Amino acid sequence: MKKFLATALATALLAGPVAAELKFPSLDYRTGPFAAGGIPFADGYSDYLTLLNERDGGIGGELISNPTCETAYNTEKGVECYEALKEDALVFQPLSTGITYQIIPKASVDQIPIHSMGYGRTSAANGKVFEWVFNYPTNYWNGASIGVKHMLDLNGGDLNGKKVVLLHFNGAYGKEPIPTLEALSAKHGFEFSTLPIDFPGQEQKSQWLKIRRDKPDYVLFWGWGVMNQVAVQEAANIRFPMENFIGIWWSGSENDVLPAGEGANGYKALQFHNVGSDYPVFDDIQKYVVDAGKAAGAGDQVGTVLYNRGVYAAMLAAEAALTAQKIHGTSKITGAMMRDGMEALEITEERMAELGLPNFGPAFSISCENHGGRGPAAISQWDASSKSWSLVTDFVDPDEEVVNALIEADSAAFAAENNIAERCN
Amino acid sequence: MPEQLLFAAEVTLNGLMAGVLYALVALGFVLIYKASGIFNYAQGVMALFAALTLVGIMEGQVPFAHLINVIFGTEIHHFGWEVPALLAIFLTVIVMIIFAWLVNHFVMRHLINQEPIILFMATIGLAYFLEGVGDLMWGSDIKRLEVGLPQGINEFIDEKTFEALGYGFFIDNLDIVATIIAVILVAGLVIFSQYTTQGRALRAVADDHQAALSVGISLNFIWVLVWSIAGFVALVAGMMWGAKSGVQFSLSLIALKALPVLLIGGFTSIPGAIIGGLIIGVGEKLFEFSIGPLIGGATENWFAYVLALVFLCIRPQGLFGDKIIERV
Repeated sequence: MKKFLATALATALLAGPVAAELKFPSLDYRTGPFAAGGIPFADGYSDYLTLLNERDGGIGGELISNPTCETAYNTEKGVECYEALKEDALVFQPLSTGITYQIIPKASVDQIPIHSMGYGRTSAANGKVFEWVFNYPTNYWNGASIGVKHMLDLNGGDLNGKKVVLLHFNGAYGKEPIPTLEALSAKHGFEFSTLPIDFPGQEQKSQWLKIRRDKPDYVLFWGWGVMNQVAVQEAANIRFPMENFIGIWWSGSENDVLPAGEGANGYKALQFHNVGSDYPVFDDIQKYVVDAGKAAGAGDQVGTVLYNRGVYAAMLAAEAALTAQKIHGTSKITGAMMRDGMEALEITEERMAELGLPNFGPAFSISCENHGGRGPAAISQWDASSKSWSLVTDFVDPDEEVVNALIEADSAAFAAENNIAERCN
Repeated sequence: MPEQLLFAAEVTLNGLMAGVLYALVALGFVLIYKASGIFNYAQGVMALFAALTLVGIMEGQVPFAHLINVIFGTEIHHFGWEVPALLAIFLTVIVMIIFAWLVNHFVMRHLINQEPIILFMATIGLAYFLEGVGDLMWGSDIKRLEVGLPQGINEFIDEKTFEALGYGFFIDNLDIVATIIAVILVAGLVIFSQYTTQGRALRAVADDHQAALSVGISLNFIWVLVWSIAGFVALVAGMMWGAKSGVQFSLSLIALKALPVLLIGGFTSIPGAIIGGLIIGVGEKLFEFSIGPLIGGATENWFAYVLALVFLCIRPQGLFGDKIIERV
């Protein structure tokens, strides 16, 4: 089989450009104010796809192409990149809530699925309304409810009279968890307030002086970019108990805590996948990709939180493509077929172990109705002395009662606004 | 004292400190504008570049390592030594002087007598060029700046205010250091411009390029000098802001904070930059404290620019700027 593939590949190369590759475009941001977060994800995503090409000969015998386009985390550039790369694309990872919102209507027309993994429009988890959008394995509303569950665990199940502040980026992304936290506040009796931070967030003195005065029991944090590093530093400056400061997964990478040094010790962040580099797949990436000089970046990000997230995203995309190939009985799949694969995706612990990622993420399955998965996440904590994150809880399920009702309501409103008939009947 | 008044006093003090940090950025703009009439769009990126260079030198990082490795197939990243902070600061100042010479030699001297908008556009190009070179030279990762600057609450002020008022004020040690450095910097700049030959030459160029040339002052030398001083100020600003957030691309965005300061203080006045910074710092913090909660918060950037707009309407040249008189 390998010989056949090698011969076929050589023939194809001699004949000219390869046309029948599986195209997984990347909307990267390696430049601009958010580059430090964009680079490790982009490296992880591309390196895993390179690994599949180098080690397995692609997916189902088809080589993978991974054209990239630089967005600098700019929504306009992101839309231009989408237009430039959409031909024959199987799936887009927009890597930005702003870009996701802009390309949702376009992708539906172009019949290309969008995978906004742990970001983007939360109610896109409702596959009955959002046919072409997926946000598995979890979303912001799940994240908010799991954060509250963690607080409940720490307080014997009672948050009555406790004060919880949401410190957040003053934009669509940062405001996403507010409805969920308001509903959870009503359910559990904690006092909830919000503290927005304007872009870019280099100056947060007002917010942290208020936190110092009001003495909330917990601060939940939805930040990105320089906002994260400054928030962690300011929390350390006012001596806020770091174990009560909990960031969303986009505020929980090494980048966010290293600049604050010892002050960041004990800071917590939600994660929807495991951390560290102690997984067999990283040995393969080192051998087939980094050591072979085929790494997308400098090869120095392997095992960091955001690199792992990129690997996880690529693995989920590859598994969906494999599922699509099985469903349609062909290795040469289209975007529409890819969507079918994503809707039938089933991630089991056995399969994760087979892929070299045992205990890396929770098992979940996707269906026509459910594009968001079960939605579990775990709490991680930063140890400044060893400069490492570790999970301090198991993967916890979200409060489905609260979150699902909100998803239903928001997606129903979107369907009504856009005259969308529900599917999956 | 009522609780709200104590909080307001704490916010005011912190606003003053924040204002000093804004003024540090604005100073670089003022220096170049005064000497050459150029609004230097690249000032924020210069702060980023200077801070990146400082950390790179301290950590013994090989400049352009990624590029070298890609071209030659090598695996070099560090020289294997670390440079003490003071020596690294000195070496960074030298790099910024070389940068100033390069800017003058390859860009500015070719644009003498051009319209101000042309010079402004040149600095936009310079900003983008420097952003790219900075990334290529030192990488895009976030770097911790460890030059020994203290951070965190000042215990003394906390204790004393608690004893006196029953509420301990929060003042960040870094802000206190920044204030001391800003005072020294401004005093140094004033002494330099008033009492040294080069300083007088700089003021002469600022007043009238052609008159300065006619008495034998070298415009090239003065421009290199002023870009070097602006580079030094950028290094100081980069260090202060970099200590708060780590050294990263976003440092270039601190220029956004300097614009309203300049509009209020005037583009040509060093004391104006300081006063403007303090007005913006205190104003935005007090507004956020008192009005912010009523209108959803995150008002600081908005307030700074609205205040600048009000000043523009009342006094277009700023508080201390030169009044523009054009004869027709």
